[in-house]
Amino acid sequence: MAVVLPVTTVDAGALVEGRQRLGRWSRLPTKAKAGAILLGIFVLAAIIGPFVTPYDPSYQNPSLSLSLHGPYAAHLLGTTSSGQDVLSQLLVGIRLTMELAILVGAIATVLSVVVGVAAATFGGLWDEFLSLVSNVFLVIPALPLLVVLLGMLPQKGQAPTIIVLSILGWPWGAKVIRAQTLAIRNRDFVAAARETGESTWRILAFEIIPNQVSLIAANFVNTVLYAIATSVALAFIGLADLSSWSLGTMLYWAQSQQALTLGAWWWFAPPGLAVALIGTGLVLLNTGIDELVNPRLRDAANASRIAGRRLQPTDPTPVLADLSLQRTRVSAFLHSFSRSSLADGGGGNGAISRRSTTSRSSNGGQP
Amino acid sequence: MTQAPGIQLSGHGLAGRSGEPVLDIRNLSIAYRTQSGDVRAVDKVDLTLHAGEVVGLAGESGAGKSTLAYGACRLLRAPAVITGGSVEYRGRRMGEPVDVLRLDARQLRQLRWREIAIVFQSAMNALNPVLSVRDQLVDVIRAHLQVPRQEAMAKASTLLDLVRIPRSRLRSYPHELSGGMRQRVMIAMALATDPEVVIMDEPTTALDVVVQRDILAQIVELKEQLGFAILFITHDISLLLELADRIAVMYAGQLIEVGTADEMHHEAAHPYTKGLLSSFPSLRGPRRELAGIPGSPPDLHNPPPGCAFLPRCDYGTNACTQIDMRLAPVASSNDPAHVTACPFVLPETPRPNAAAEAARPADAEPLTHALAPEVNATISVADVSGQGHEDQDR
Amino acid sequence: MAFLARRVAFYIVAAWVALTVNFFLPRAMPGNAIQAIMSKFPGLQPSTYKALQAMLGVGHPGSLWHQYVSYLGDVARFNFGTDVSQYPAKVSTLIGQTVPWTLTLVGTATIIAFVLGTALGIMAGWRHGGSFDRALPGLMFLQAIPYFFLALILLDLLALQVHVFPIGSGYGQGDVPGWNSAFIGSAIYHALLPAFTIVITSVAGWMLQMRNVMITTIGEDYVLAGQAKGLKDRRVILTYAARNALLPQLQGFGLALGFVVSGAIVMEIVFSYPGIGLLLVNAVTSNDYPLMQAIFLVITFAVLLANLIVDIVIVFVDPRARTREAT
Repeated sequence: MAVVLPVTTVDAGALVEGRQRLGRWSRLPTKAKAGAILLGIFVLAAIIGPFVTPYDPSYQNPSLSLSLHGPYAAHLLGTTSSGQDVLSQLLVGIRLTMELAILVGAIATVLSVVVGVAAATFGGLWDEFLSLVSNVFLVIPALPLLVVLLGMLPQKGQAPTIIVLSILGWPWGAKVIRAQTLAIRNRDFVAAARETGESTWRILAFEIIPNQVSLIAANFVNTVLYAIATSVALAFIGLADLSSWSLGTMLYWAQSQQALTLGAWWWFAPPGLAVALIGTGLVLLNTGIDELVNPRLRDAANASRIAGRRLQPTDPTPVLADLSLQRTRVSAFLHSFSRSSLADGGGGNGAISRRSTTSRSSNGGQP
Repeated sequence: MTQAPGIQLSGHGLAGRSGEPVLDIRNLSIAYRTQSGDVRAVDKVDLTLHAGEVVGLAGESGAGKSTLAYGACRLLRAPAVITGGSVEYRGRRMGEPVDVLRLDARQLRQLRWREIAIVFQSAMNALNPVLSVRDQLVDVIRAHLQVPRQEAMAKASTLLDLVRIPRSRLRSYPHELSGGMRQRVMIAMALATDPEVVIMDEPTTALDVVVQRDILAQIVELKEQLGFAILFITHDISLLLELADRIAVMYAGQLIEVGTADEMHHEAAHPYTKGLLSSFPSLRGPRRELAGIPGSPPDLHNPPPGCAFLPRCDYGTNACTQIDMRLAPVASSNDPAHVTACPFVLPETPRPNAAAEAARPADAEPLTHALAPEVNATISVADVSGQGHEDQDR
Repeated sequence: MAFLARRVAFYIVAAWVALTVNFFLPRAMPGNAIQAIMSKFPGLQPSTYKALQAMLGVGHPGSLWHQYVSYLGDVARFNFGTDVSQYPAKVSTLIGQTVPWTLTLVGTATIIAFVLGTALGIMAGWRHGGSFDRALPGLMFLQAIPYFFLALILLDLLALQVHVFPIGSGYGQGDVPGWNSAFIGSAIYHALLPAFTIVITSVAGWMLQMRNVMITTIGEDYVLAGQAKGLKDRRVILTYAARNALLPQLQGFGLALGFVVSGAIVMEIVFSYPGIGLLLVNAVTSNDYPLMQAIFLVITFAVLLANLIVDIVIVFVDPRARTREAT
């Protein structure tokens, strides 16, 4: 996976606009919704998967004719070279992989919040030290270090993997949260709280951290993404508990049993696709959160949709007479749906119109 | 593009209101398209600017001042749309008047800066961080005047002299300059191609008071020297009283009063203007309670019928919901150019809380409290456009 | 150049951390590492046993500090010891053979992907709302695909099903390695598909990132000022917007380098490409600790060096970086 770490495009001021309300579903950006739905499917699969496997994933069908068999009714995704059902392995694998990734995400996020906030709050030498540690672990490439760490362990299982992944997963979030905390600390409302005598801990818990919820959420999603990508890569090269079924180990076995050269695409394609789709869901979700929080990205998404035609930033402000507003019937139809679906909001930005939208939409006499 | 004979290109030009205006904005309306409908950011505004004149545009944050100015130059980005009106420019270099709204992109590019320049609010944000001062001056010079690079660089040096910045600063980058210096570079840049009109968008708001005075003095000096007109946008009306020849006050996207600085100072007619003027203390006068104007601007998604200021107006009555917001000459004034949007209140009308109850107009009860806006549920232009956020932060 | 000096100092610290972790790791791990190795390779000489002991710190030949210092000295002389799985080859030789392959492949492909992705990102950011935006979910999907998985798919489609590309390895079976055109031609031919894989996946990432940074940058006042100055569109896009967006983009590149390299070397397995990644995987399979450790160091140093180069580029591109504190 090209895990390109997101550059924080959000400026500190934009985030601190009161408590973030990741509220109403309909007002979330499309991307966030799509990502959430995609992830939801996999979470569902992770939860119920192992209960609905047609076969025990480790069961090796002794009949030779059923080894490395393509998909058909009895084995929807075919079998492996030892006669095991790919679909069953996939269902179990999704859960295992996601479990691991979510755990790593949770631990690493907690660590990064703690370290980030601590560095920003204590300042001075603590800040220097923690920042240095974060930077060092950020710059040292993760995979080779993990290879060395895990490679030396006699037992390579879930637990050690979770631990080492978490150890390397917190620096990025810590940096971002530290920067954000510093920015928020200088804001007036924090100074006000300090003046009225609120203790540092209370300020942290009730003023600063709640304002970073979307940042922490984005951080969590990123860490989960990193955890999946890295754990799958590690498993692929053999640094995992090879007797358990995760998406990564499936790929390992497929590769080591020459699934590719033998043309057994049903063995390596499903787990890989699952990883890619889960990753896509996470990236979508993250972009959606980014759009929600960064007003410029949000406006960019909205503005061009509304202007009715593509406008480049260097285009002069259009004058109504020139702007052809002839919408095609289809787009007008769809457009009417999107407007009526916007119920009156409960605050946040924008949309509070209670009147019917049709009168407001008249522009130069177009229906 | 023939030049009218006998016109000097510098010096005291056509100051005052004689002659035709250099910039004639008529009936300009600008809206922002949002998912829940159009927001009328600027509503049928008429504004003129004569050569060598300083016109102040005052109003609170989100009133639409910047939108008006940038919209007139067609610099607003999506989802802004100009929904009506015309912006006629009659510069000395133009053979005939030109409607900015009808120009295509190429013509606009030629017009911009050369004829109408802008000094932005925050020089730190408006200067390109990766270009040196010289590069930023030279690129605009070469874009409009076909001169070789050497000559452009020489002109850049003279421009810095003009604003009293040492020439060694040509090599500096914006982040290496102080706030005041950066603003002066912006001004120098604006004057690089000898424009007729300079729009100044809160040019001194981001600076401390001492530097403010210095820069304003320089601006006035340059204006006298080079003869350009200034459209000075600010929320600080007290500044305009000293600086401007005429002042236009905006509220919720509409002009509500226009007059000379003198008239505004002593004979302000509109209740909003009165409110603005009484919001700051005078340095020498008697001490009095600062009034301010409670409440917030209205929701521009659903502007209320009639006068937008009604909910916050001390003099408001039922009749106010029926008026159209046309500017008409102030009844008690000798000057027909002193116009206001409020037909009821005169300069000499005392404030209700200062006078006795009996002084109130007899027809109806004030509906101020009934029409009080839902303070939390308002949207201003700044929210929608994303531009002018700096306004809000102040 | 205070900024660069500080960055160099930082990289030295990071390198030292990597070295020290590498040194203490085998000494900290549970289980007898030596036994594990010996059981896998029963035919090793006693001298190897001693060397391994020295390397892994078992048996305490001298004080810890003494070991540490000699360890540092060894690394400085590129003496990583004798290999275990391919005894008696020296580790440094083994690594040395693979480095040129990986360097050319991954280095070239990453740079191409970055330049291409950034250029596309500039266009996408400028014309947001257009056809580029419709491609976004597809790009995100591409970005989320593990390198090695895409390699599997592409290899299947383009090498096995349709014989456009070779099935793997660095060069043809019959070609003799050397500086002759036949060999180089073959090497390039074999590198095409792996490079293609890297480029496809990472282009998506760079493009998305640059697009986002561009959109944020376009909202800045100085871009509007550039327009107001009546400058040509191209100048506004490139010199006013893109050049400013390049700084965060480059910083992101530096940070992502570690991931890109990691992904690429895992991908080598699929192609049996004779690079450092394949070596690493083989080392893991055979529990070859000396090799694993040495590869870790080499890769880490390479990434640090690459980061330094990116920092130098940043200093050239952005005048603010010359005075700004290194974050």
